Amino acid sequence: MAELTYLQAISDGLRTEMRRNEKVFLIGEDVGVYGGAFKVSLGFQEEFGAWRVIDAPLAETAIVGACTGAAMMGMRPVAEMQFADFISCAWDHLVTIAAKQRWRAGTAVPIVVRLPSGGGFSGGPFHSQNPESSFAHIPGLKCVCPATPEDAKGLLISAIEDPNPVLYFEHKHLYRRIKGEVPEERYTTPIGKARTHREGTDVSVITWGAMVHTASEAAQQLEGDGVSVEIVDLRTVLPWDKAAVLESVRKTSKVLVLHEDTHTGGFGAEISATIAEDAFEDLDAPVKRVTAPDSPVPFSPPLEKAFIPQVDDVVKGLRELAEY
Amino acid sequence: MAIAREAEPVGSLSEVREAGLDREDLLGIYRSMILTRGVEERGHILYRQGKIPGSFYTGRGNEAAAVGVATAMGADDVGTPLHRDMGVHIVRGVEPWRIFAQYMGRADGPTKGRDGNVHMADSQLGLIAMVSHLPAMLPVAVGCALAFRIREERRVAVGWFGEGASARGDAHESMTLAGTRKLPVVFVCDNNQWAYSTPTHLEYATEHVADRAQAYGFEGVVVDGTDVLAVYREAKRAIEKARSGGGPTLVECLTLRMEGHAVHDDAFYVPKVMFERWAENDPLERYRNWLRQHADMTDEEEDEISAGVKKTLNDALRRAEESPMPDPANLLEGVYATPEDLDTPHHK
Repeated sequence: MAELTYLQAISDGLRTEMRRNEKVFLIGEDVGVYGGAFKVSLGFQEEFGAWRVIDAPLAETAIVGACTGAAMMGMRPVAEMQFADFISCAWDHLVTIAAKQRWRAGTAVPIVVRLPSGGGFSGGPFHSQNPESSFAHIPGLKCVCPATPEDAKGLLISAIEDPNPVLYFEHKHLYRRIKGEVPEERYTTPIGKARTHREGTDVSVITWGAMVHTASEAAQQLEGDGVSVEIVDLRTVLPWDKAAVLESVRKTSKVLVLHEDTHTGGFGAEISATIAEDAFEDLDAPVKRVTAPDSPVPFSPPLEKAFIPQVDDVVKGLRELAEY
Repeated sequence: MAIAREAEPVGSLSEVREAGLDREDLLGIYRSMILTRGVEERGHILYRQGKIPGSFYTGRGNEAAAVGVATAMGADDVGTPLHRDMGVHIVRGVEPWRIFAQYMGRADGPTKGRDGNVHMADSQLGLIAMVSHLPAMLPVAVGCALAFRIREERRVAVGWFGEGASARGDAHESMTLAGTRKLPVVFVCDNNQWAYSTPTHLEYATEHVADRAQAYGFEGVVVDGTDVLAVYREAKRAIEKARSGGGPTLVECLTLRMEGHAVHDDAFYVPKVMFERWAENDPLERYRNWLRQHADMTDEEEDEISAGVKKTLNDALRRAEESPMPDPANLLEGVYATPEDLDTPHHK
């Protein structure tokens, strides 16, 4: 085991698969010579050559569309969006073609699109979004959102191995901030299986991505009040581990659903509705959602702080639930 | 001012033989064109009989363009034909009864009733099923070519689009990527002069769509899309150039869409004189005359081909009508692929 940052773990996962399987290639803007805007693929072009680490023109439509075509011809493409926000330019190719081709025409499209997402560094409205909920609504896609270095590597390998189009949301705020033990060998982390980040008995937090760490800090604060918080890290939102969520709900009877994406129609709404449908009798309090408000992501630090759910917001929500 | 090369019409038999077609190939092309039109004419009847749900599209007038390009493709080449390109499916060998089953939403259509009309393809024949967002298929074709280039295979991808689809960013991005990387892809523009009701001068401001090719660093050529042998010659040239590492070509096949956008559309906006003028250039009639004049096609040969096509169509219709409707219980099957789905000739 080595201690790696979240970013190093992503690189490690990608390198592992590229060494193991020559069908895997990386394409994106500035991924080659420059090593990617965040340096995930630093040194890759030297190791794998310019036809497996491909610097593309500024053309997300062509990048994702070409991945779809290459995948149909037997390759295992990994596309990097420089920022998750730019996936809007390739919506058609994911939603119109890649997601529907297996069901419609029997042709599998095994592609991975890496999406550096999330805010917390004054990226503003176009470099900070968390678009996973939009894609979690599309049958045929898979959406994974690792929160730890270990899962970052394992889920990336699973995503590349998966025969479907997988959106891999890598949270930029975790890149160099989060470190952890990562096995050196190849391993997979199952898509659709949640992880209990922290055991607890009084309130459950259901979350994923960077918010796992926000929830963790909040849970530590609540410890002082004698409130035991359980944190379920979904790891993947499509498919999502309904059984693990319901099990935690039945254990604690109080639930806070937490995400960095905006409120209305966010994936938290799906989780809340499912809990209401399947575990209503087990609840001792209404389900509470802590999310970003329904606005674009702001730029200026005080505005962004007000937008992204903070530890204090989660603490407040948990206290309300504990006292209910 | 035009920039693209304007292709010469095809003349003598010896010229055609030089392009690699023997007499049997020539009669085969004729058969494919008749079968293409026959499938669509029968489809039209099925539609009027109320047997086809939704809408119905044909490629009348585009038979030579589609058959000409498809004939120039190699067995291992792949393509993304669109809704005016039935001839491509026919040349690649899709069985007509499966097309009728597709039209009627039956379980034996290539999409098993999940998608309609020409939104189909048999991947075993090297074709990829189109989506309604027509230019979106171009980056997919470029991606196939990228896979061939990475693996250094001598295979070519053909991506089709219309002059209407040429307006969208997908076309620009595809040609940019293909041009910069000199990928083995041929872009085929079926320019039938009407994007639904919109005429060409409201779709692009150059003389030809193919004029754009120069801006992407490769050659553009305009060919008379009613001249199947000229289309074949230009497509073959482009495909073999791509195969030998020469990069993309944009081949624009100029035709007229001889019917409405779809069956509900009477195309009142197309000047009558335009239809009349292009009817004189009917691709089937034109090729038939050429075969009689230059390849000595006899009455017997012609009758044999027509009778064979008629029988194929009759048998195909009967078989398609026997195909069951799809079972709603299977609706969710295959939303997600399994590892076994990757066990195809392409994925290996």
